[in-house]
Amino acid sequence: MHHFRAPGARRFVSASLVIGVAFVVFGMSFGVLAVGAGATVAQACVMSLFVFTGASQLSLVSVIGAGGSVASAFGGAVLLAARNAVYGLAMSPLLRGPLVSRLVGTQWVIDETTALVTAEHDPDDRRTAFWVSAPILYSAWNLGTFLGALAGSAIDPATFGLDVAAPVMFTAMIVPHLRTRNGRRAAAFGAASSVALAPFLPVGLPILVAAFGMLFGLAPDTEREGEPA
Amino acid sequence: MSWPLVLSLGAVAYSLKALGALVLGGRRVPAALQRCLLLIPAALLAALITKDVFTTGRELTVDARLAGLVTAALLSWRRAPFAVTVLFGVGATALLRAVA
Repeated sequence: MHHFRAPGARRFVSASLVIGVAFVVFGMSFGVLAVGAGATVAQACVMSLFVFTGASQLSLVSVIGAGGSVASAFGGAVLLAARNAVYGLAMSPLLRGPLVSRLVGTQWVIDETTALVTAEHDPDDRRTAFWVSAPILYSAWNLGTFLGALAGSAIDPATFGLDVAAPVMFTAMIVPHLRTRNGRRAAAFGAASSVALAPFLPVGLPILVAAFGMLFGLAPDTEREGEPA
Repeated sequence: MSWPLVLSLGAVAYSLKALGALVLGGRRVPAALQRCLLLIPAALLAALITKDVFTTGRELTVDARLAGLVTAALLSWRRAPFAVTVLFGVGATALLRAVA
């Protein structure tokens, strides 16, 4: 908790609280969709506590909710979670110290914490950014999940536009990845294959095909290489 | 939904984070592989966006969700804060449904 008293911690607290509000909304949409896809409140909450990677969780429940097979839902969710391994490479210098904090910190390696950390240059600021933002975002995500799962079928997510919370958030998140030419190629391939194959393949499978867009990375990018988030 | 599915996704998701952060952290990954892995979010986020907005099950559809996507794309492009983008995107779809 001493990170919250570090010099300059305040700006990370306010940045995290802003993202945290969006996380509560996003978490609620996950909770509602999870219950709609047949999960219990406990299952939705345990998933958010132990999986803690929004895109994977949402992909899993939306594929199952749409009638897709468990195998394709699981495969898509795992592929989406794979990017956290890459983020982990960038974040490993922050995960030093006692075993417990290394194990807990590992769970908090996600898009948003990586984005906040890689935006800093000073090692102390990076450490503060991570250890301040991660517990706030983790709490917000789990609070939102619990509220959404409790509300469950009592609210129709479509009325409040909650069904677009995920794609809207992904739109905000994808922007830094479009700074390089290869990033734009991969995104165009992913977007096109996902829509073009949807009518012909089981739900979830087009997402796996879209992952082949990563092969654009075999060619070096002629433009400036982007940060990992 | 089954408990084994919930728990195995938790185990796999944590293992992937640990693979990068605790196991491979500090080691060199071949440059081409690293470039490919870094493109996964671009490819998959784009695929998820179009799936979430333009499909219902296996059917292609255009409906009020498009308003949320367009709003979010414009706001992101104009570098609006994250929360503003999310709330206005969600609000645009809800509003269109309310008036349509």
